[in-house]
Amino acid sequence: MPALPLHEAGKYVAAAYIVFVVLLLVYVAIMASKLTRIERELVELNAGVAEEDAEAEEPAP
Amino acid sequence: MRRAAATILRKDLRLERRTGETVPAMALFTLTAFVLFHFGLQRGELDGELAAGVLLVTLLLASVLGVTRLFAAEQEEGGLDAFLLSPADRTALLVAKAAALFLFLAALELVAVPVFAVILLGPGPSAGTWLEVAGILALLDLGLAVVGTLVSALAAQTRARELIAPIVGLPLLVPALIAAAHALAPLLYAGAPGAVPGRWLAVLGLYDSVFALLAYALFDFLLED
Amino acid sequence: MHGTRLRGLSILTVLTIGTALVLVFFYAPNEADQGFVQKIFYLHVPLAIVALGGFVFGGIQAIQHLRTRETRYDLRSYVAIHLSLILAVGVLLTGSIWAKASWGHWWVWDEPTLVSFLIVFLLYATYQPLRFAIEDPERQARYASVFAVVAGAFVPLNFIAVRLAQNLVHPRVLGTTGGNMPGSMRLTFLISLAGMVLLFATLWKYEMASKNAAMQLKKLRRRLLEREPQPV
Repeated sequence: MPALPLHEAGKYVAAAYIVFVVLLLVYVAIMASKLTRIERELVELNAGVAEEDAEAEEPAP
Repeated sequence: MRRAAATILRKDLRLERRTGETVPAMALFTLTAFVLFHFGLQRGELDGELAAGVLLVTLLLASVLGVTRLFAAEQEEGGLDAFLLSPADRTALLVAKAAALFLFLAALELVAVPVFAVILLGPGPSAGTWLEVAGILALLDLGLAVVGTLVSALAAQTRARELIAPIVGLPLLVPALIAAAHALAPLLYAGAPGAVPGRWLAVLGLYDSVFALLAYALFDFLLED
Repeated sequence: MHGTRLRGLSILTVLTIGTALVLVFFYAPNEADQGFVQKIFYLHVPLAIVALGGFVFGGIQAIQHLRTRETRYDLRSYVAIHLSLILAVGVLLTGSIWAKASWGHWWVWDEPTLVSFLIVFLLYATYQPLRFAIEDPERQARYASVFAVVAGAFVPLNFIAVRLAQNLVHPRVLGTTGGNMPGSMRLTFLISLAGMVLLFATLWKYEMASKNAAMQLKKLRRRLLEREPQPV
């Protein structure tokens, strides 16, 4: 098959590179959501620990 | 090691002869598949590459479906623990199971290939050529036996055992299928069949060797508990 | 823990990929036969090489895991295989686009690399289902490592068989001038390859850091739960 004219070929080349970028972005997005979840849980845990420490300081009735 | 392997092999063969779990089911599956191919392809006679493809793919599918029960006895009856406690070399289990699977496959082909020749194959090759066909199938069965045992051990401890074995095993078997199909196809033409390209037998041999080595090196890791 | 090294690696990756893109579109000459479409080569082939390297790397880490039983090797193996699987999807997609642009078909059985990748993809796609079907974590890691080693050894065997099965008379569909690649093309290709390797390394480190953090979080939560019922 003879080489495609530039305006036709451009679409395919663009498609290939865009597919790659999209794959990359989807991967990064999923990683980002996992990291935010980890951060949120860390915040919760820290709050829980702070609560317990505060309770432990109060003298028992 | 040889005695332990022989003992386990004898046990498995006796079990199979009494309960008939594996080979009859594989044979039934194979024959049914041939009928399906007849209707699916809308052909009454196949030869050459088409015949080789139908026969080999069916055998492959039958074998990965048959391996799911390979370690069943060990698992369900606690035979595995007893084996692990014994002083036997663990590789003996691998050799025994692979040998058993090889014999089951050979038994399957003793039934399936003649049936295939009768119901699906066209005019077909001469008597001498069938010996070559048997040789190629034997070489393929070696690979099937090793890979089947490995995959069966891998899948035995998982939840979706019946699915895991086929989906892991079939891609692994593709090179063997490629080699066997290319070797077998010239033989299944009527009249003067083509010569078997030796290159494909070499590939099959390489495949069998590599997987035998891998299985030997890795099987122990699957048995620990 | 990873801090500045990861940041430095990321910057280097971005720079290399940026340079590669500039070279691809402004420096490398158009190829004679395929014209502009050949530019996909600088994306597709590095993707393939790095994916294969990643699978083999995963297999090597798995061997280490089986030898030493340390979970960190299993984690490295898992992340490498996971990443390589995503790259393999990219290889198949970009290869398909290239085939359509070059030959008018979305798939060509005559291109050995593409066909081999399909089989490799089908195999490694079972890695995660296999892991999740085993509950005991130690056994899961062990079985996954056995799989990774077998699959890693399988990859070259598969390529050989598929290559041999191609009709040797039929020319490679997606090859380039191959050995006669002009220097400018070769340079562009090497920079693209370097960029892809760096990208893999960066993403691998990121995912490792994320998984490590998740594991430590789980351990922390478990220890805190043990502290809970405290009669005062």
